[in-house]
Amino acid sequence: MKETLIIDYGSGNIRSVFNALNEVSHDKNIKIKVTSSANHLKHASHIILPGVGSFESCIRGLEKSGLKEQLIENVIEKRKPFLGICVGMQMLATKGYEKGEFPGLNWIRGEVKKIQTPNKNLKIPHMGWNSLKFLKRNKFINKLLEKIKFSNVDEICAYFVHSYNFNLKNEEEKILSTNHGEEITAMVSNKNIIGTQFHPEKSHYFGLAFLETFLEDWDF
Amino acid sequence: MLKTRIIPCLDVDDGRVVKGINFVSLKDAGDPVEQATIYSKEGADEITFLDITATHQKRKPMIEVIKKTAANCFVPLTVGGGIRDVKGMTEFLNAGADKVSINSAAIKNPYLIQEGSVKFGNQCIVVAIDAKKKSNGWNVFINGGRVDTGIDAIKWAKKAESLGAGEILLTSMDQDGTKNGFDIELTSTISNSLKIPVIASGGVGSLEHFLTGIKNGGASAVLAASVFHFKEITITEVKKYLKSNGVEVRIDNFIKNQYD
Repeated sequence: MKETLIIDYGSGNIRSVFNALNEVSHDKNIKIKVTSSANHLKHASHIILPGVGSFESCIRGLEKSGLKEQLIENVIEKRKPFLGICVGMQMLATKGYEKGEFPGLNWIRGEVKKIQTPNKNLKIPHMGWNSLKFLKRNKFINKLLEKIKFSNVDEICAYFVHSYNFNLKNEEEKILSTNHGEEITAMVSNKNIIGTQFHPEKSHYFGLAFLETFLEDWDF
Repeated sequence: MLKTRIIPCLDVDDGRVVKGINFVSLKDAGDPVEQATIYSKEGADEITFLDITATHQKRKPMIEVIKKTAANCFVPLTVGGGIRDVKGMTEFLNAGADKVSINSAAIKNPYLIQEGSVKFGNQCIVVAIDAKKKSNGWNVFINGGRVDTGIDAIKWAKKAESLGAGEILLTSMDQDGTKNGFDIELTSTISNSLKIPVIASGGVGSLEHFLTGIKNGGASAVLAASVFHFKEITITEVKKYLKSNGVEVRIDNFIKNQYD
């Protein structure tokens, strides 16, 4: 039996991520577990890192609990499928510039900076549903699109809540984007690592399909 | 492009949906979990619950409603009513709410906004303002519209923003329940004074009202209760109408798959 772990390091609401994964996993022989214990990572088949709050508080939360070392071992060395959500994605960056300058995990190179909107009418935080632009069609995306059977990809929306944007060093790793005064990185991917700025757990049918695709073997 | 959000609001009393007219005379409108599920299938961009007669004894049914809704609706869920402190916020968030809405408690202790936004993030804290017109501007009312605080609504909205509110849920008490449309002047004045999103609420009775609230009021989201509950207008109709009038809305709830 596979075990998907949601890492609870004291940041934000884990329950909605748990609920959504539960919804898409019940007939799949996959167990969904929430943990704050670094030891549990070695038994996991899939790892999910949610994140709500500031970049610094999330990074500190990871470091304090000893989870960082276990994450590196399981995601980088053992190459287990990994999904970072919102600040959980931003932490993959080289550096974050929220309330200071802080080093991230540096798994996907780039910097997390405040969204610049030249347009005064655009509100910050970038909050609500925004349409996704499909920049790359990797195996994950193909499988996802097959699942939702929706002909017009220009209309697919996801739910965002954030004020900072992950500016990538390597554009090849940007899979989805959206727009809010500037191009916003919506999904990053490199091998077994996936990150989303949007909240799949709050993105209705599209979000459920996204999470289900992650739980399946998408052959990275 | 960011879509304008359509938000059905469910006023909940003792675990049941009710809807008042001008903040009084309640009418039963059904089971909140069932209603919320129908709304999310129809394309609601968020769901808001207001626990309108929240006293401490009556807290439990609301917690149950949030838990069940969060397990069935995979869109953002905002809950308000009767939150007095961070402990009250934690209770609702742990039950599965994504945002909490505070009103009277924020007036009594503005630093609750700051405390909540530091602990849970700005996006989590919605400050609800019930505003009523006076000769010069609008005053903020609290305790379910019963008490005039004498505070100017524009000044209060700016203060809430500076203390860390993620958005403002702005209800016109003059328009609420009348079906004469949003208070456009109030909505545009507040929206133009702030960087954070404003949700327009109170008075929607027709499809045109949604459009003017967005186009003339500058609202980032529009909230309505009774027109949706009593099926006078459906969320699908609102979205089709707005889209045909040049407003960007999300219509991908038509994605069909095994979750339907």
